[in-house]
Amino acid sequence: MDASSLAAIWLTCKLAALVTVLLLLIGTPIAWWLANTRSRLKGVAGAVVSLPLVLPPTVLGFYLLLTFGPQGFIGQSMDAMGLQRLPFTFTGLVVASILYSLPFVVQPIQNAFEAIGKRPMEVAASLRAAPWDAFFSVAVPLARPGFVTAAILGFAHTVGEFGVVLMMGGNIPGKTQVLSVKIYDYVENGDYTQAHWLAGGMVFFSFIVLLLLYGSRKRSSWSQ
Amino acid sequence: MKARFRIAWPGFTLDVDLRLPEKGVSALFGPSGSGKTTLLRCMAGLEHAPDGFLDIEGQVWQDSERSIFLPAHKRPLGLVFQEASLFPHLSVRGNLEYGMKRAGNAQGEGFDATLDLLGIRALLPRDPGQLSGGERQRVAIARALLTRPRLLLLDEPLAALDIKRKQEILPYLEALREELDIPVLYISHSPDEVARLADHLTLIENGRAIASGALAETLARPELSPAFADDAGVVLETTVAAHETDSLARLEFPGGRLYVSGHDKAPGSRLRCRINASDVSLALSAHRDTSILNTLPATVTAVVDADAPGHVLVQLQLANNGPLLARITERSRRTLGIAPGLAVIAQVKSVALL
Repeated sequence: MDASSLAAIWLTCKLAALVTVLLLLIGTPIAWWLANTRSRLKGVAGAVVSLPLVLPPTVLGFYLLLTFGPQGFIGQSMDAMGLQRLPFTFTGLVVASILYSLPFVVQPIQNAFEAIGKRPMEVAASLRAAPWDAFFSVAVPLARPGFVTAAILGFAHTVGEFGVVLMMGGNIPGKTQVLSVKIYDYVENGDYTQAHWLAGGMVFFSFIVLLLLYGSRKRSSWSQ
Repeated sequence: MKARFRIAWPGFTLDVDLRLPEKGVSALFGPSGSGKTTLLRCMAGLEHAPDGFLDIEGQVWQDSERSIFLPAHKRPLGLVFQEASLFPHLSVRGNLEYGMKRAGNAQGEGFDATLDLLGIRALLPRDPGQLSGGERQRVAIARALLTRPRLLLLDEPLAALDIKRKQEILPYLEALREELDIPVLYISHSPDEVARLADHLTLIENGRAIASGALAETLARPELSPAFADDAGVVLETTVAAHETDSLARLEFPGGRLYVSGHDKAPGSRLRCRINASDVSLALSAHRDTSILNTLPATVTAVVDADAPGHVLVQLQLANNGPLLARITERSRRTLGIAPGLAVIAQVKSVALL
């Protein structure tokens, strides 16, 4: 395996780890709101969060590119604030990946919160736990299987994305060239040996992830 | 304790205004869907009644006119739900400490006494999943008590248990009644539990309190008997006077004496009995030639229609002014000429020991 492959693997891991952490931070409050709200906006919000599940990644990437580009609303705002525009940067990849993988993190956590129901939070309140305290001392520990699933899915899905990354990040070695793009690169140049190394590795990685996921699900459903 | 709540939801209205004793067990009795649990949730602050007032021993927890509403976690109360609500991710000890820490009882005041009172010391290291239903409810009660509440709310704590588990936990609840010096609100739709545990009784129907008063008096009000259906009856507080040689025990109370079998409490101890209206028949004179042991002289105070056709419910006053209910047929009432003021002999076919 050559140095550029290793760089792509490292970049992919860095991206997926960062995105997973950020997604858990962003996705948890969204999941909590979706699980508990009686607002009429719930349906709309749920649909928006789930949009990346059905959209072709290139569509999402295309609009991200436009929005964050020099003609786009956010791109122009960032220009005005003297910030670097996001397309073709690592930060751009992070933002795009977060949007793309959001439903994979929000839905397991939301399901876990819904499965807990309101009762444990009411019990916690009757034992003098303030809402934040009850959230961290009761809701989060009880929803732990949901968080584990969310983290695994968020990480794996970020590793596996292609279309959004290509549109938003391009193919800059060491900067935005992630694994899936690198494989495409090798195949395009006829270097099947290198492509095999990376592609085979991805198959192995994905299998391990799913094994962990279903293994942990089975265990948690037994304990309940 | 003053509680007034009004809620109007589509298809359900709660409108109650209660004054409850500051000590002892107050039962909220009524059919399911009558609003008992909603009332309790309002008191706990889990439901925010737009129009409400709650005063516990001079502390105002809610007063909608002055825009006072203490959120649930700021109300010093203990709450036990119908089903086991222990935190599954904490051990029994962890569950107990969860509330203690947050209620400022980290040093564990009353810890040992509470463990002994509810008999859960041996359960401390276990996980809630390893406990029986009765054990879980005892731990839940202990957890609530260890927050040193000013009010204990029990929402049908026995309803999810089978008869055997109920029998296992009832003695602990009785011990609790003797030990606690805070008001306990006990929701139930079981006349047995109410008769056994309560000191004060409030009947809830369709979101309204149709009666509220001391247990014995409220149970004896014949116009309320439809609420209890076949379980209409009275409770008597008696003292065990003696165990006689033929394995009967003599119980005495100011209105007379009763003979019962099948119990072993020491002479001098108090015993609560329940006499169902359907177990009482009436005679105009004392019979010597009857197998019925327990006869009590009484005066008729009221006669109302019973819920079953052709039957009436007769309210009687015993020698100590205590009440008794008898359910007889309308035909017997006519034949015997039973009317208020008449002196009769009440024949008690069976006495339930509680």
